[in-house]
Amino acid sequence: MEFLGDLVAWFLDPENWTGPAGIPSRVWEHIQISVVATVAAAAIALPPALWLGHRRRGGFAAVAAINIGRAIPSFAIMALFLPISIRLGLGLGFWPTLLALFALALPPIFTNTYTGVRDVDPALVEAGRGMGMTDGEVLRKIEAPMASPVILAALRVSAVQVVATAPLAALVAWGGLGRYIVDGFAVQDNVRVLAGGILVALLSIGTEIVLGAVEKRVVPQGLTTTEDVVTGAHA
Amino acid sequence: MIRLTEVTKTFPGTSKPAVDKLSLSIGEGEVVVLVGPSGCGKTTTLKMINRLIEPTSGSITVAGQDILSMQAHELRRGIGYVIQQIGLFPHKTIAENIATVPSLLGWDKVRTDERVAELAQLVELSPEFLDRYPGELSGGQRQRVGVARALAADPPVLLMDEPFGAVDPIVRANLQDELLELQSRLKKTIVLVTHDIDEAIKLGDRVAILSEGGHLEQYDSPGEILRNPANEFVADFLGSDRGIKRLSLIPISEIKLDPGPVLSRRATREEALSVMARYDIGWAAIGDGADVEGWFTADDLEGHKTLRDVKARSFQIKLKPEDSLREALDAVITSHTAAAAVFDGDRYLGMATVDEISREIVQ
Repeated sequence: MEFLGDLVAWFLDPENWTGPAGIPSRVWEHIQISVVATVAAAAIALPPALWLGHRRRGGFAAVAAINIGRAIPSFAIMALFLPISIRLGLGLGFWPTLLALFALALPPIFTNTYTGVRDVDPALVEAGRGMGMTDGEVLRKIEAPMASPVILAALRVSAVQVVATAPLAALVAWGGLGRYIVDGFAVQDNVRVLAGGILVALLSIGTEIVLGAVEKRVVPQGLTTTEDVVTGAHA
Repeated sequence: MIRLTEVTKTFPGTSKPAVDKLSLSIGEGEVVVLVGPSGCGKTTTLKMINRLIEPTSGSITVAGQDILSMQAHELRRGIGYVIQQIGLFPHKTIAENIATVPSLLGWDKVRTDERVAELAQLVELSPEFLDRYPGELSGGQRQRVGVARALAADPPVLLMDEPFGAVDPIVRANLQDELLELQSRLKKTIVLVTHDIDEAIKLGDRVAILSEGGHLEQYDSPGEILRNPANEFVADFLGSDRGIKRLSLIPISEIKLDPGPVLSRRATREEALSVMARYDIGWAAIGDGADVEGWFTADDLEGHKTLRDVKARSFQIKLKPEDSLREALDAVITSHTAAAAVFDGDRYLGMATVDEISREIVQ
């Protein structure tokens, strides 16, 4: 009970809500690195995945991407890149973490986009082509919108993973919510460790909710029209 | 309008061509049906016309222009295309689906909207459906949308790949009738692929029967093919009932109608019974010349000396001279009457009898 009281007290302490070590600025740092990593991964993964899916080629690349992604832990990437980053004069924390998060986000975005586009009903593609759509038009007007639920879901999953993994940044001396956990450990302040954990969890859940809502708005309406709606309309 | 000259298609990795030196000429405003067993190259042939499949050799012209000299997507925008799976885009509304080609051609909104409304009317699709999505429509409605979409930019040529393959038989028959009705107004050049010989006979001005490897076995009007199959393959493909199939192509007006057992109100009971006996049936019609009001059975005569007060039953099936002998045969068989009355409007023309109909089968 005492511990719980301490936890509440920590959250109520105005000290923890101000300054560069306060919750708002830590959340902001956390969001920054997560957004940059996810957006970069999407920017790199989407074009080749869309094109390969359109050509229905390169399935091996999709499988390889997801397997490599699974095989290499984020922590290892950070450890590997840390000395390189220092030698290149890029500093300690930000770049190694960004690279690790980028590598974490990329495989699911690539693989899901690829399979999402590849698995679009061939009849739709043939109909589009037969009516005179160019390759680009088939991709833009048919395949991408049809695959959009899968692609957006992959972006959401990647983003949530990134947010949940970003606390690692604190291990290599960068900011974000991981600071509370790492620093808490260092000074054996269990309240701070738990508070950090709670904040990371909340931010992950928040990401999930926000991107889920975006998904609902962006996915074309006809694709969300379920069979139930059909029966409803005819009854 | 469309001319194929020595067209060959060999798919990579196969030695035998799917279509081998096929030459075919399709006139403007004509409905040509490509029909044959699976593997006969009919779909390959169709898809070569809009270059979804590129011919290995030979030449194809559409409206005098070599299709290989055009950009494939430009060519396709000028040719309507309907596929079996229909392929409506589920993420677009019905209106957006119909407007696919106009949007590719960059039509403005006003022109597009007008055209979409016009097409919905043409294929008898209620305007309330235009804002819905394909998932909310029945199979038959989707098929109509598919046809409207193919006609959107008013292409002179329409290619249809098993267009009615995915709907049930009753809907299919309706859609076939609608297509014929539509075609009588639009006069498009239509190339249609089917594996169903009955569909080919019903829809085609000319039917091209293909055998494996895209060999053209016979290319003629359905009537001529049924009357004179070019060879054993064609005869086999038509089936042993080709005589009966042919009936669907011959209108009742082509045969001699029997005046039938028609008696005036003045006739006596004895006269009526003797007419029935002569025709060897249990009923006769009441009327005067072309003015026939109905029919009665021998039992209806009970208690009547003449036909003056006999109650006339009305004809359940009235055939028209433009109906086919196939329909006449169905009517005769299902009504158990050995003959079916034919009327031109209210005017009685006579009876189509099994004897007269079967004479056409034998020929």
